[in-house]
Amino acid sequence: MVSAGVASVLQRVPVVPASTLGKRLDAPGGRPPFPVVEPLAPLLPGGGLRRGSVIAVHGSMALLLALLSAATAQGAWAAVIGVGDLGIVAAAEAGVVVQRLALVPRPGSDPAPVAAALLDGVGLVALAGADRMSPGARRSLAARAWQRGSVLLPLGRWPGAEVALDCRAETWYGAEAGYGRLRSREVVVHAMGRGAAARLRTARLLLPGPGGPVAEVLADLAPSSRAVS
Amino acid sequence: MAPVRVVVVWCPDWPAVAGAAAEGLVAQTLVAVVAANRVVACSAAARAQGVRRGQRRREAQGRCPELVVLADDPERDARVFEPVVAAVETLAPGVEVVHPGLVAVPARGPTQYFGSEPTVAERIVDVVAAQAGVECQVGIADGLFAATLAAHRGLLVPPDSSAGFLAMLSIAELHQPAVTGVGRTAADRAALVNLLHRLGLRTLGAFAALPVDDVASRFGLDGVRAHRLARGLDERPLARRDPPVDLTVTRRFDPSLERVDAAAFASREPAGQLHTALASRGLACVRLGISACTEAGEELHRVWRCAGPLTASGIADRVRWQLDGWLTSRGSHPSAGITLLQLIPEEVIGGQALQRGLWGESGEDDERAGRALVRVQGMLGPEAVLIGVLGGGRGPTDRVRLVPWGDDPIPAHDADPPWPGRLPAPSPPRVPARTLPAEVFDDAGRAVKVSGRGRLTGVPYRIAVDGNPPRRVLTWAGPWPLEERWWEPGGGRRCARLQAVLDAEPAGRAAEPLAVLLACETGRWWVEGIYE
Repeated sequence: MVSAGVASVLQRVPVVPASTLGKRLDAPGGRPPFPVVEPLAPLLPGGGLRRGSVIAVHGSMALLLALLSAATAQGAWAAVIGVGDLGIVAAAEAGVVVQRLALVPRPGSDPAPVAAALLDGVGLVALAGADRMSPGARRSLAARAWQRGSVLLPLGRWPGAEVALDCRAETWYGAEAGYGRLRSREVVVHAMGRGAAARLRTARLLLPGPGGPVAEVLADLAPSSRAVS
Repeated sequence: MAPVRVVVVWCPDWPAVAGAAAEGLVAQTLVAVVAANRVVACSAAARAQGVRRGQRRREAQGRCPELVVLADDPERDARVFEPVVAAVETLAPGVEVVHPGLVAVPARGPTQYFGSEPTVAERIVDVVAAQAGVECQVGIADGLFAATLAAHRGLLVPPDSSAGFLAMLSIAELHQPAVTGVGRTAADRAALVNLLHRLGLRTLGAFAALPVDDVASRFGLDGVRAHRLARGLDERPLARRDPPVDLTVTRRFDPSLERVDAAAFASREPAGQLHTALASRGLACVRLGISACTEAGEELHRVWRCAGPLTASGIADRVRWQLDGWLTSRGSHPSAGITLLQLIPEEVIGGQALQRGLWGESGEDDERAGRALVRVQGMLGPEAVLIGVLGGGRGPTDRVRLVPWGDDPIPAHDADPPWPGRLPAPSPPRVPARTLPAEVFDDAGRAVKVSGRGRLTGVPYRIAVDGNPPRRVLTWAGPWPLEERWWEPGGGRRCARLQAVLDAEPAGRAAEPLAVLLACETGRWWVEGIYE
């Protein structure tokens, strides 16, 4: 009788293997990471933007917009500090919900207090000009992000970032000596970091893909020479 | 709303009658009342001798040597009129003295009591003659103005026919010095009547037939009032506006506020007071002005726009953040403590308009994010935090309008109309805020332009962006000519767009290919977007 009761309870309670528990507990509050679109997921440990982490984005504004798209579409807020020339149309085409994308184009001489204030309430905070910040200011921002469960996305180099994404443009498709138009671009994204991301991961993507959002490279579109420099 | 039916009791030549009564003269005496050397009233006997209103005293005396001339005395008129009012009051309640010589009563009560309007009129004439010993005439019509004119003629105008009754009368009836009094309004009205007469509007009906809009635009407020009278409506002010109440909350601090925590504490009470004052009037604040004076005499002011109406804690938060920003901000921070704080509700809305959730939903994330954005606005100013609003347009910049957080997200152009010539996706992720000049060269080094027919004058071979050394063109597309608003004189815009991919330069800084969107306008190229 007792074993039958336990069995029925076990059927109702979702049983989680202990190995997946670590993934859930490593973020503040045990909340799942912010989602990213499918083609970017293999680059990030945990398949998303882990709350409380610092993820550096180097070399491409389109890559940043692609990272923000899925999270804003699911209700999260994003802010971009220190970028005066962000293309909102491109953001919308990449899938970002622009109503939840706040811009602080001119944060003043020191963007750190602005970034700290935004990390309090905005889930995803992209920060340009972080290269010029002192190591102490960076550490305190990273601590703030961890404490609040937000994600800091510095544009550029950030020593000690959990993941550093480096985007290299390769080939543009669609335009041919005056005909057609630019339709998509093939890029190679390297992801390198510490901890779970210590292993170098590489993805070949179309950024932007046809119509704007990031896409996987299709075999028939790939150029003959696929050498990565 | 139709005017109420009114009984008007009018005693003709009242100043003269009252003057004669006060002097103990018999009613048939030749009497004239004179003010400022002009006759303002005379008895019927004197009128028969040729005395008229408006004559000089000397002229009136010349016409009628036996004339008794009395000085004008409104107090005497009112005093002597009192028995008449009392006599009318015995028959009908709610008597209003319009001026000495004219009383008005609502007709409904006495008509129901005595059975019919002619009976009421008869009874009033009898009672006034018996109790006050004065002759009077009675008029009944819809509205005071029509009833007064009816009383002058001793008429009973049937219900709902006041407009018809008035239509027959002369335009000069609009000027009733006894009703409008003397002074500026009377002079205006006299001038209006004179003007209408000269314009050929000889009857009230002709005036009433004019559209009210035209009357308002030509004759102003007094004209509209006169027009309402001519149409048989009540004269009343067209729009009432209560003087705005000053809801500004002011606090003085002694000693002055120098520390943020003290400011935070001090901001709570005035914020609550402002919110209570607004709430008691059914209002909520959507734009809050915060101003402060420092001990050194500096004046600081900032206006906060808010997406939603501010609650008491919302006001307190903004005041605290603002004071925090002023007291701790680097560079611009005041040299002394804050001594005076003012909270000014710059824009208020009715409490009924209170609604939460700017974007349709108001979840926890949105509230947290909103607070953080407002916090940054406190540090940098309201225009520092922007939200992009997508609308219609052709270029990547035309389609976006950046609004400060908290403002209405209204796009610059409607997205719905077709926008031929709009660039298809993907759009450039970077749109330079300042103009980046560019130069396009063909393989011989000649500058490439766009001809008037929208064609390139050469094949792009090298492109220099923003003064940097030219880079090889890997591939290019375009040009796409665009003519906007060509139908507007001087407002048109012709430009052509070109996409180009610039080669990497292994030796230089640019290690990877760069795609740019160029625009050519009036023979000059500039960078409209960078595909980064």
